[in-house]
Amino acid sequence: MSNTDSQGPIWEVFIQSKPGLAHKHVGNLHAADKEMALQNARDLYTRRKEGTCIWVVPFDAIVSSTPEDDEAFFEPSNDKAYRTPTHYIMPEGAKHI
Amino acid sequence: MPEAYRKHLQRQISQHAHSEIIGMQPEGNWLLRAPSLRAKVVLLAKIQDEAGHGLYLYSAAETLGKSRTEYLNELRTGKAKYSSIFNYPTLTWADMGAVGWLVDGAAIVNQVSLQRTSYGPYARSMVKICKEESFHQRQGYEIITDMARGSEAQKEMAQDALNRFWWPSIMMFGPHDSDSPNTGNAVKWKIKRATNDELRQSFIDKTVHQAEIIGLTIPDPDLKWNEKRGHYDFGEMDWDEFWRVVKGGGPCSKQRLKHYNDAHNSGEWVRKAAKTYAEKQQLKQDVA
Repeated sequence: MSNTDSQGPIWEVFIQSKPGLAHKHVGNLHAADKEMALQNARDLYTRRKEGTCIWVVPFDAIVSSTPEDDEAFFEPSNDKAYRTPTHYIMPEGAKHI
Repeated sequence: MPEAYRKHLQRQISQHAHSEIIGMQPEGNWLLRAPSLRAKVVLLAKIQDEAGHGLYLYSAAETLGKSRTEYLNELRTGKAKYSSIFNYPTLTWADMGAVGWLVDGAAIVNQVSLQRTSYGPYARSMVKICKEESFHQRQGYEIITDMARGSEAQKEMAQDALNRFWWPSIMMFGPHDSDSPNTGNAVKWKIKRATNDELRQSFIDKTVHQAEIIGLTIPDPDLKWNEKRGHYDFGEMDWDEFWRVVKGGGPCSKQRLKHYNDAHNSGEWVRKAAKTYAEKQQLKQDVA
């Protein structure tokens, strides 16, 4: 956070819509600290029963791959069709599990 | 991302955000004078939604490489524009009906189309906003309906609100396509999925019937169903007034900006305190 920026750092917000489901990214907000971030997230993203649990994560704590990494990261899986079930030939008449 | 596309989005999304934020003021004007507790909690919820919409949109705008503070500074200094409709005063309770019915109605028509805009973060915020916005339009229509079906004086008030808000509402869609400098590229880049005139027509076609049902008259002598086009024909808008208000000459332009700045400035100590507290907490954590 720069000195001239009084909005506070960015926090990414994740909401669990029902117990047992995964938290899903819904957006972000600015807040000075984690407590304020959580309260702001409640006001901003759960005004209509959207969820049962909120996570707030400092934007700076997220490590992301970049489009430039795409090749190195994701290309190798293109030639590994043997990782998918359709790669295998079932004998005639055999039933699926 | 091409620079011109980025610039266009920065401008459009931040203007949209500023409109939501300034849009709280005309309604805030009636919060303490709402005629019932129900009307008051509903209005309060609606205003809170508008703040939320502004914040969703600032988040989307920030992904374009410009900080929240920069956008807010542009609003504060009057460099950035917001929707002219909020520079009109809300004089009676019926205006709360007209604002919800017409202003939010026009906004919905625009925003539904923007759910398919080409920039993902903008499109996603539109989806969220549209879900919430339909409650706004309905509560406005409920207010104006109650007034239109009330006493003679209330009915007059409802008609007067419609008279004052009709033309500014249909001007919310902006200049005619032939006079709109930004429409061409925005349509080509799929930022806008429909032109100003297409959206305006769609809004008018939907709204005329709603006025008829509650016995109010749209203040346009040229308004007539055109069987051949399958749309309503309507009169020409006062473009001198439109540009005067866009350029800051609206009845409440100065007041809106001043109020925004006053609120921002009086919150300065809160931001300072929050920042200092956060720094102290961090320091404690670092030591421990």
